[in-house]
Amino acid sequence: MERFDISVDGRAVPAEPGQTIGAALHAAGVRSWRSTRFGGRPRGLFCGIGVCFDCLVEVNGRPAERACQLEARPGDEVSTS
Amino acid sequence: MIHDLAVIGGGPAGVAGALTAALAGLRVVLLDGGPRLGGQYFRHAHGAEPEPRFARQSHALRQRAEVLLKHQVWAVSREDDAFTVHAHGTARAEVRARRVLIATGAHDRPLPFPGWDLPGVLTAGGAQALLKGERVPAGRRIAVAGTGPFLLPVAAGLARAGAEVAGVFEASGGLGLARHPVMALGKAGEAAGYAWALAARRVPYRRNHAVIAAHGEHELRAVTVARLDRDWNVLGTEELECDALAVGYGFVPQIELAVQLGCLTRQDADGTPVVDVDARQRTSVPGVWAAGEPTGVGGWELSETEGRIAGLALAGAGEVPGLLLRRRARLRAFAAALQGAYPVRPGWQSWLTPDTLICRCEEVPLARVREAQELGATDARSIKLLARPGMGWCQGRMCGYALACLAGEPQQPPRRPIAQPISLGALAEPPQKEH
Ligand code: FES
Repeated sequence: MERFDISVDGRAVPAEPGQTIGAALHAAGVRSWRSTRFGGRPRGLFCGIGVCFDCLVEVNGRPAERACQLEARPGDEVSTS
Repeated sequence: MIHDLAVIGGGPAGVAGALTAALAGLRVVLLDGGPRLGGQYFRHAHGAEPEPRFARQSHALRQRAEVLLKHQVWAVSREDDAFTVHAHGTARAEVRARRVLIATGAHDRPLPFPGWDLPGVLTAGGAQALLKGERVPAGRRIAVAGTGPFLLPVAAGLARAGAEVAGVFEASGGLGLARHPVMALGKAGEAAGYAWALAARRVPYRRNHAVIAAHGEHELRAVTVARLDRDWNVLGTEELECDALAVGYGFVPQIELAVQLGCLTRQDADGTPVVDVDARQRTSVPGVWAAGEPTGVGGWELSETEGRIAGLALAGAGEVPGLLLRRRARLRAFAAALQGAYPVRPGWQSWLTPDTLICRCEEVPLARVREAQELGATDARSIKLLARPGMGWCQGRMCGYALACLAGEPQQPPRRPIAQPISLGALAEPPQKEH
């Protein structure tokens, strides 16, 4: 499989086959993609292995997916908050 | 169908245990949350070959046992004569087995400091996972900080991948790279390789130094590096520009499934709660075995050795070969020596300011923890109830260690009714009785 694009808040971000959404974002220089509930603090990857839940994104309408765990698929629509 | 053995975790301990048991004729199923076998140490990117020996083991395992990847185990329950392993993958799945081997590994043990929640700050293990599993360096100019031998491979890996490593800041004193305990304890070749990779790129390695603050608006742009006394109090500081920080102060074994099942725990050399096992890797609960980091953090070789011992014992082999037992004893002594060489010293608490977040999930700053203490919450549990640190998504995995230190009490075994957060929607689905 070749490199492909996923859409992140309407913007195209390239992903390698087998790469997680979090890694694709990070590689594209998007490292901050969520604001916290109370302080509105920026968040992205922290633990990288699925335990901290800092990296949450919405993927194809499913909320609260861990970007560091979920493999990117062609046509994925990711939205951040 | 009921399997003879369900192995939870596909790292060195789980794969060795599952393969050994399968070779002896047991019907084995192994579950892991990741997309590939390997765990943290043998993590490899999609399409890449893992380390050759591990690759052979994984290949042999797949031919003799059922391997369920992308299956996150969130609970194990016990009926009269068997266990049900509850997992969540693309759908809910349940697997039944007469015995269970817990080989769930460990995660990083971070310490809080001002700005540690800024994007660009990653755990050391997180930076390593991103590099090894995804081929993405955490940044362009990266500082590596914390304590323990794991900082070396993280820094060396990043340097080899072409990132600029701005420095390795080891909070402990000790002997410097040339006489690093890893060298002294018979791993000279491995440590020399890392040291060489760092020296060749002129990466500074500073003992008695730590990153005590991270700065930036939306992302990391600089850190404060401090020179420390032996208790980790600050002697002097300077700023260092970098766009990423990989930081870790040791590891926390993932023992919640064992605790759920009622397995007795003990405190490891550094006070960390670990699963108590006997000479054959049996826990206190009949039918439940444990191997690898959940029984004490000690690295991949110890994990693999424990996995093999567990596999042999599970298969009912009479005597475990003395060679394996001696290797385990030697590696455990090595692990204890490393834990002794890299203790976390109390001075890190002086790096905190009142508004430093202790709990990232519930955004609880130090001031609220102190306020709860002033209101009479003397232990970590009451602090949690009053100020809510550790009550968020990560269930205290990231702040549990720090919170216990702030409360001045020993680490407690985790009490989490479910080991992985699972959505109510997923819980409502009928489980697929796989296999
Ligand atoms: S980065 Fe921690 S869960 Fe994804």
